[in-house]
Amino acid sequence: MEIIKTSALTKIYGRIQAVNSIDLSIHKGEVFGLLGPNGAGKTTTIGMLCTIVRPSSGSASIAGYDIIREPARVRRQIGIVFQDPTLDTVLTGRENLELHARLYGVSSDIREARINQMLELVDLHERGNDITRTYSGGMRRRLELARGLLHRPAVLFLDEPTLGLDPQTRARIWEYIKKMAQTEQTTVVLTTHYMEEAEQVCDRVGIIDHGKIIALDSPEGLKESMGGDMVAIRVKESPLEKIRALPYVYEVKENEGTLEIITKEAHLHLAEILSIIKDVECVEVRVPTLNDVFIKLTGRDIREDSIEDSGSWVDSVARYRQRGS
Amino acid sequence: MNEGRIQKELMGMYAVWWREFKVFQREKSRIVSSIVQPLMWLFLFGSGVGASVSVSDINYQDYIYPGILAMLVLFGSVYFGLYIVWDRKLDVLKAMLVAPVSRISIFMGKVLGGCTDVTLQIIVLFLFSFLFPSINPWGIPLALLLLFITSIALVSMGLALGSLFNSLEGFQVISAFLIFPLFFLSGALFPIDDKLPFWLQGLVKLNPLTYAVDGVRGVLLNVHIFPFYVDFLVVTFFAVTMFLLGSVLFSRMK
Repeated sequence: MEIIKTSALTKIYGRIQAVNSIDLSIHKGEVFGLLGPNGAGKTTTIGMLCTIVRPSSGSASIAGYDIIREPARVRRQIGIVFQDPTLDTVLTGRENLELHARLYGVSSDIREARINQMLELVDLHERGNDITRTYSGGMRRRLELARGLLHRPAVLFLDEPTLGLDPQTRARIWEYIKKMAQTEQTTVVLTTHYMEEAEQVCDRVGIIDHGKIIALDSPEGLKESMGGDMVAIRVKESPLEKIRALPYVYEVKENEGTLEIITKEAHLHLAEILSIIKDVECVEVRVPTLNDVFIKLTGRDIREDSIEDSGSWVDSVARYRQRGS
Repeated sequence: MNEGRIQKELMGMYAVWWREFKVFQREKSRIVSSIVQPLMWLFLFGSGVGASVSVSDINYQDYIYPGILAMLVLFGSVYFGLYIVWDRKLDVLKAMLVAPVSRISIFMGKVLGGCTDVTLQIIVLFLFSFLFPSINPWGIPLALLLLFITSIALVSMGLALGSLFNSLEGFQVISAFLIFPLFFLSGALFPIDDKLPFWLQGLVKLNPLTYAVDGVRGVLLNVHIFPFYVDFLVVTFFAVTMFLLGSVLFSRMK
């Protein structure tokens, strides 16, 4: 059953087409990731679905309610965790949740129990009575997650939920998000540019660039679309043409002294490939990541567009691409 | 169904009020300074000027007491309202504005929150009223009511202005060109009689705060220019107008 449906959803700011005619249908209970670089239109798309941003054209519905005609009903169905922190730092953690519970009409007989449950789930029950100004960035984000889920929304929107958190907390939060989606049948729609994390969490991902969805599938499906394994070989001179001629090689290109090869079943063919190349400095073989998919589709690394990334996303892709320099 | 909706709106309004009250309780230094300032007007300015001036046979300090109450309401209310500029900068409002509660309810919660802050400060000032021998303590409840309505008007005005501005730079402009003129032209510090220059009389009579000061002075000191019902009606009209204007602007705020 689909819980979110958009058709030709579009937002134009002046002359910039921030979101360009997006058609999406998201199923109930699904964890859906909207992946793309900053400025791709992720936040604007979420903003329209959350009834904060008014679409320029097109339409969308959540749980059967139209986002333009029935914004109040839509709002009751959704929880939102914004990219920028929106906690009330004058209030304690518990008070922030109390405020939210009242704003969302959570009845008083279950409020207390629900708040305790949520504080426990994000490991803040011991700090619940402290003013949130004293919280660390990670704690604040956890509290916001708890707040977003407090009123048991049908859809939870998370805009870059793990931005600026330490890896341990991030893993924990993702686990919790998965559990919530399963046990409470909460549909989760998230945006992120941490491709690795999205891979582990999302049932399906849509890759968005320049306001358009350019790919939409399960992470496995997208990676399979790459057609094979990735092999990176550091070489002194590159017999590009010879390798390209091999029947099992799909793609090959040279990048600053590194040969980047996409091949079928690398474990079977690596020996032959290496035998063609004379001076091999080092070799790396791996299965493709979503970032590889992104590079293939857009011709650039998602990290190139991500200013706020502080190097926490150091993975094989980055090393693979930058070994030459 | 409909009843449930109204209940949820009321709960949302209460939530906003509750938040403002919590903030009020926490910011003790702000409360202390907001009460100390009027006391300084009364005791330092009032006794200084009062040494050589009295009005209608009333000690000058006693005479300006109602005016200083109005001043507290004016500054406290308008600044409270303007504070949403800051709230918006820090995104505190954002989470509130996406909740399934109408903007009107949030606005009303804010207005009531501001009025509560100001009214509690006024009550503290009333505790000092025994120091002013001419004050009639039986007039206090009516004075409180009038000041409360004034506060509705001025918090709404602050919120209305706050929803128009995106930066705190507007603060200085509003202080200089709105709040201070409203205060000086309200008759808080001087009697409005024929001795005033003609242009000043006109401006004072156009100022809605004048009627708040006059009404409070009437019930506390039995000195007034207008009948109480006129003061009451003008202040109430001012409150209704500002409330409507504020709710419209607040609803349109991005």
